[in-house]
Amino acid sequence: MNASAKTDDGGKLALAARFRELLRADQIIVDAESKRPYECDALPVYKAMPLLVLVPETTRQVQAIVRLCYELKVPVVARGAGTGLSAGALPDSNGVLVSLARLSRIIEVDPDARIARVQPGVRNLAISEAAEEFGLYYAPDPSSQIACSIGGNIAENSGGVHCLKYGLTVHNVLGMEIVTAEGEILQVGGRGLDTAGYDLNALFIGSEGLLGIVTEVWVKLLPKPEHARVVMAGFDSVLNAGDAVSAVIAAGIIPAGLEMMDGFAIQAAEDFVNAGYPRDARALLLCEVDGNEDEVLEHVERIESLFREFGATSCRVSRDDAERALFWKGRKAAFPAAGRISPDYYCMDGTIPRRKIGAVLEAIQQLSEQYGLRISNVFHAGDGNLHPLILFDASVPGELHAAEELGGKILELCVQVGGSITGEHGVGVEKLRYMLAQFNDAELAQFHAIKDALDPAGILNPGKGIPTLRQCQEYRSIDASGGAKR
Amino acid sequence: MGDIAAELEATVRAAAASGTKLSIVAGGSKSFLGRDVAGECLDVSGHSGILDYQPAELVLTARAGTTLTEIAQCLEDCGQMLPFEPPVFDGKATIGGTLACDAAGPARPWRGSVRDATLGVTLINGRGERLRFGGQVLKNVAGYDVSRLQAGAMGTLGVMTEVTVRLLPIPAATATLVREMDAAAAIRRMNEMTRTPLPISAAAWLDGKLYMRLEGAERAVAGARGKIEADFDSGDESIWRHIREQSLEFFKGSTPLWRFSVASNSGHRNADEPWLLDWGGAQRWLRGEFDAQYLESLACDLGGQVSLYRHGDRSGEVFHPQVPAMRNVQMRLKKSFDPHGIFNVGRMYDGI
Repeated sequence: MNASAKTDDGGKLALAARFRELLRADQIIVDAESKRPYECDALPVYKAMPLLVLVPETTRQVQAIVRLCYELKVPVVARGAGTGLSAGALPDSNGVLVSLARLSRIIEVDPDARIARVQPGVRNLAISEAAEEFGLYYAPDPSSQIACSIGGNIAENSGGVHCLKYGLTVHNVLGMEIVTAEGEILQVGGRGLDTAGYDLNALFIGSEGLLGIVTEVWVKLLPKPEHARVVMAGFDSVLNAGDAVSAVIAAGIIPAGLEMMDGFAIQAAEDFVNAGYPRDARALLLCEVDGNEDEVLEHVERIESLFREFGATSCRVSRDDAERALFWKGRKAAFPAAGRISPDYYCMDGTIPRRKIGAVLEAIQQLSEQYGLRISNVFHAGDGNLHPLILFDASVPGELHAAEELGGKILELCVQVGGSITGEHGVGVEKLRYMLAQFNDAELAQFHAIKDALDPAGILNPGKGIPTLRQCQEYRSIDASGGAKR
Repeated sequence: MGDIAAELEATVRAAAASGTKLSIVAGGSKSFLGRDVAGECLDVSGHSGILDYQPAELVLTARAGTTLTEIAQCLEDCGQMLPFEPPVFDGKATIGGTLACDAAGPARPWRGSVRDATLGVTLINGRGERLRFGGQVLKNVAGYDVSRLQAGAMGTLGVMTEVTVRLLPIPAATATLVREMDAAAAIRRMNEMTRTPLPISAAAWLDGKLYMRLEGAERAVAGARGKIEADFDSGDESIWRHIREQSLEFFKGSTPLWRFSVASNSGHRNADEPWLLDWGGAQRWLRGEFDAQYLESLACDLGGQVSLYRHGDRSGEVFHPQVPAMRNVQMRLKKSFDPHGIFNVGRMYDGI
């Protein structure tokens, strides 16, 4: 069976017939209407209809699916909750989409070993909920944690507000069960802190589903901190706020979260949730410290005095957990708040060294003026992860295009100052061309060599993550001819 | 301090062309680790020096041959440290070798491994190309995580030339506590305490004594100490250095030393044998002549793996055996970086 034969209905039905030997009829979705919810992830600019959607319920079924796809050389795209923001779970129109939503069991919580064993479709937050009775939790908390699944977190090496102190997914996963591209079941890592041989946890986490399909995960659980407080401070300049961020770190304090919002984002968030933010501030810092109560109090005093020293125009410390939640509410609502003041927004994701915050925000402001599009800046200041929200109106011809082009300029800027084109959203399809800004041909070729080693037939999530050498040539010729990007 | 990256690159290219096997060495402090390997010595110790250190970024970039001692001295001035508390082995250990061996000390379960702190590397692959992966920022998900893949790869994927690591502030206060108990009770106790939000940064058992270390802000350590002090006596802080540097009596002599990496709460077995438990029970050392297969099945029972860490026969396999599917993946991965098979061939497993 070749690709052209599969694109017609006959091919599709023949393929469905082969899967019927492996799965129940209700696990195979063939008709267009039922497939519709799977045609994109949370970046709906990119859409494609897969030949079939398959909904396995066991590791063995995933294995059987991959084995058949390997035999037939049919592309396989795995999908979790579909909350990704880089079109990493975009279906392949010549392939099958495998939804892991029904592999959603928490198999075991071992409070003594501080490990939870879960299936990939388990929601991130559900792990912490299951561990709560033991006073434990799962630390990485991407903003989508209510909905996103742990399998997707592994694909994207997700982070969140707390990763400055507690790390990314890669720091909080001990082991995995993986179905390889050839349909072998592999146990990677384990219940100990390391295993001999190459560290495949490191390789698979963040590999965007290109190297294998995760069917089980052992995550680390941590004791819930006794106490947490947030210091909220307004500044009259972004530069002062940026310096204050560096001062906290240099003082030997690792906050649990350290977030910054610019004036535009403060206004939008305050209009939306009334969190008590200082409306006149040009920049807002939210700095959370957690741990033992004495330690928290010691650090809060220190942070308050540092913020004032670096020119804070206002400074408040949360008195209780309710107020702490209120302070965070505005930050967490920053994206929907932007949606309220603009018909559409495009959320970018890039990282920069902390000390470049002021300079980068100034350059983003210039780009904003140059393109005539407003930008609201919200970011994880502690780890240099920016989320500029480019506001536009898709109904105005050319605005989406301009927003995308402006986004690309911001990513290139991130690389120029020593950062990365993506901090936590992945490359997917969205950022393929910007990989050229960060990696040269030899580095990209090494990525391809890794892919070929683990997926020689190239069936897993093809066309994502790493641009092909041909795509690189195309992108370069477009740039050389002075043409517009994309 | 020197930059010999261009020479290293040329040597690798020549070796790739002629199929000459290379044995990568910097300080040679961990040459006992892994299997015996033949090959021309590729000395990277001349490639040293700290390239970038920004205290407010908590990030340091150094050439791979830079010694940990040099790095520690530089960091101490700013009150910072490498989080993973690596052995310095008489000042010979380098940052590249430490990453290649993923060599972390007692703080590892709480502050993370070398892998966890690694943000970026520059390495020369088996085609003689100098490549950069990762970077200087904590969050970076572009491309595969080749930097962290180097942790524990023992130089079999390439010659690292630069390493960027994340740092932590040196804790303001520390306290070491000790109490007599047997190993089984110590395992239970270490796991019980690790479940609670105490500021623990090390937990180990040897010679009938459980040692705990508390670290953090002044008030945090004082508060935690108050909570558990009734049960413990004050202990000697130097115990952690001796465990880290493997300089205790336990580690001396040429009897085979076995390392178990297991579930921290798995039960204590073979209680009459000489054990040292570290990492809150997750890393267990055993001295003696044992049948490897027997220890492998014991390690599996404990939810982990075993390796022949030091001494014994280094010509056979020394690391926990891998199932065929895993071996296949590891062989192919090796080949993707080192197609001509020149780097530390066989150091980890036969052919890898």
